[in-house]
Amino acid sequence: MASEGDRRADTEVASRRSRLLSGLRLEAEGAKGVAIALLSTVVFVAVVVVAVTQSAGWPEVRRTFFDWGDISSSFPDIAKAFVLNVKIFLVCEVFILVLALLIAVLRSLPGPVFFPLRALATIYSDLARGVPTILVIALLGFGAPALQLTGVPRSRVFWAGVGLILVYSGYVAEVYRAGIESVHPSQEAAARSLGLSRFQALRRVILPQAIRRVIPPLLNDFIGLQKDTALVGTLGVIEAFNQSQIDSNATFTYGAYLAAAALFVAITIPLARLTDWLIARDRRRRQAGALA
Amino acid sequence: MSEPLSDRRGSQLLASLRVRRRHTHLLGAAVVVAVLAAVAAGCGSTKKSSAGSTGTTASSCAKGDLNLVTPGTLTVGTDNPAFPPWFGGTPHKPWQVSDPRSGEGYESAVAYAVAKDLGFAKNEVKWTHVPFNTSFAPGPKNFDFDINQISYTAARAKQVSFSDSYYDVNQSVVVNKGTPIAKVTTVSGLKPYSLGAQLGTTSYQFIKDKIKPSKQPSVFPSNAGAVQALKNKQIDGLVVDLPTAFYVTAVQVPNGRVLGQFPAEPGGEHFGMVFAKGNSLVSCVNKALTTLRNDGTLQQLQQKWLAKATGAPTLK
Repeated sequence: MASEGDRRADTEVASRRSRLLSGLRLEAEGAKGVAIALLSTVVFVAVVVVAVTQSAGWPEVRRTFFDWGDISSSFPDIAKAFVLNVKIFLVCEVFILVLALLIAVLRSLPGPVFFPLRALATIYSDLARGVPTILVIALLGFGAPALQLTGVPRSRVFWAGVGLILVYSGYVAEVYRAGIESVHPSQEAAARSLGLSRFQALRRVILPQAIRRVIPPLLNDFIGLQKDTALVGTLGVIEAFNQSQIDSNATFTYGAYLAAAALFVAITIPLARLTDWLIARDRRRRQAGALA
Repeated sequence: MSEPLSDRRGSQLLASLRVRRRHTHLLGAAVVVAVLAAVAAGCGSTKKSSAGSTGTTASSCAKGDLNLVTPGTLTVGTDNPAFPPWFGGTPHKPWQVSDPRSGEGYESAVAYAVAKDLGFAKNEVKWTHVPFNTSFAPGPKNFDFDINQISYTAARAKQVSFSDSYYDVNQSVVVNKGTPIAKVTTVSGLKPYSLGAQLGTTSYQFIKDKIKPSKQPSVFPSNAGAVQALKNKQIDGLVVDLPTAFYVTAVQVPNGRVLGQFPAEPGGEHFGMVFAKGNSLVSCVNKALTTLRNDGTLQQLQQKWLAKATGAPTLK
């Protein structure tokens, strides 16, 4: 009768060996799989290309959407305007992270005393997420300056930024809250039993775990924010989308839209890949049994 | 030692399961590809025959020979709301601010005059809502022509067909009374101010090419947005065509003033009706416009609806 430890070691060796074996087999299968995947991709792309280029409207679509001169001539102006999108994105992001955390903490406060704060935070995230972003921006951008109060900025970029911060804080607060609630109550109990105050427990024990868990969904929201900076254009501010509309309306073609789309994609795809990588890393860590 | 053995068998089973699952994945993907391919091929092959039917040239401009969206009816497009002085009359649903069906306002009157010359009775003219962006969208049109203060440019004429001019237009600038910009009398004097224009107009191009302001200009997707920004003093001046400028100051911005019009460019700028590229109807509408120009009808209609738009000082 082998000891408990021996048996575990044996099992480990065996499973490692079988993993190796199946890995080899997988490799052979993999080569075949790659070949099949390649073939089906080629067939798929060929069929799509043929179907699109044979369609009745293709010559018109090619002329209006895919004129290279049109795309490249509109690109410099749109790229210049895109700087504003990036600026708005970066500045708003900072404010959103702070404001949303505050709302999430308010929403997670326990006990009947804090009911008004909880209710306020709940109403806020419901409203912020419920009203279409474009309406919030239009209402603030044209409405707030119309009050003509002294000291209230007239800048449309400012109010559009405020609109984005208000809306996205609603979303991001919910992400934070999910993170906070995913931390087991025993963590707080343990922290409190060590003599930490409620605030200290939140600051030192709960939030560090919660925030680390929600980084991928947070980045997901920032990809959304980056795209929604295009809504600032509805206030007349010339950012990338508005500039592409100007170019499109000047020539009655759509190449400028493709140029703008390429710029947005150039930012959002790296962000998306980063998010994927963070999610994968997080999963690896959790499967390895490490503390989150 | 029996447990490790069964363990190994278990993990082998798992591995082979994993492999099999990969197979079903590939199989699934292949099926999806095949279905997509079939669907795409089906989409691609439909109604190829309908292409190019707009390219034919009609030999006559008799009412029966015209290339129309709905035979027997002249379908005219414009944006909603339809603003004075281009459109007039009391608004009836679905039209806002004014009613193109009234025959009042310059563009409505011109459209009915052209229709009459082509042989259409007033009740054979149908108006349809065509947002500016839709007027040049590729694909089949739901209007015979669109009349919506659209300026002719050579680049635009590559994508759609324009009629001849039905109005030669000047750009102008509207400002708030009592603001610093209201004292400006020259084009170069406008440089330090923040100017706005409406999206899709040639006014933005005018600001950029002719005024070259030091502050980034604004471009608004709608008339309402542009007017609100001027009222809020978020912009100092709004560049619009002259007849629209007089409507803006008369109705939309009570504290507004038409600062002046810009000197006409060589060759000038004009509004044209927009048609699907190559529509044979263009030549018949052009014939009608020539008749209306020669017999003084266009002049008369301008007197009637756009008379105010002549009294603005020219900025040097």
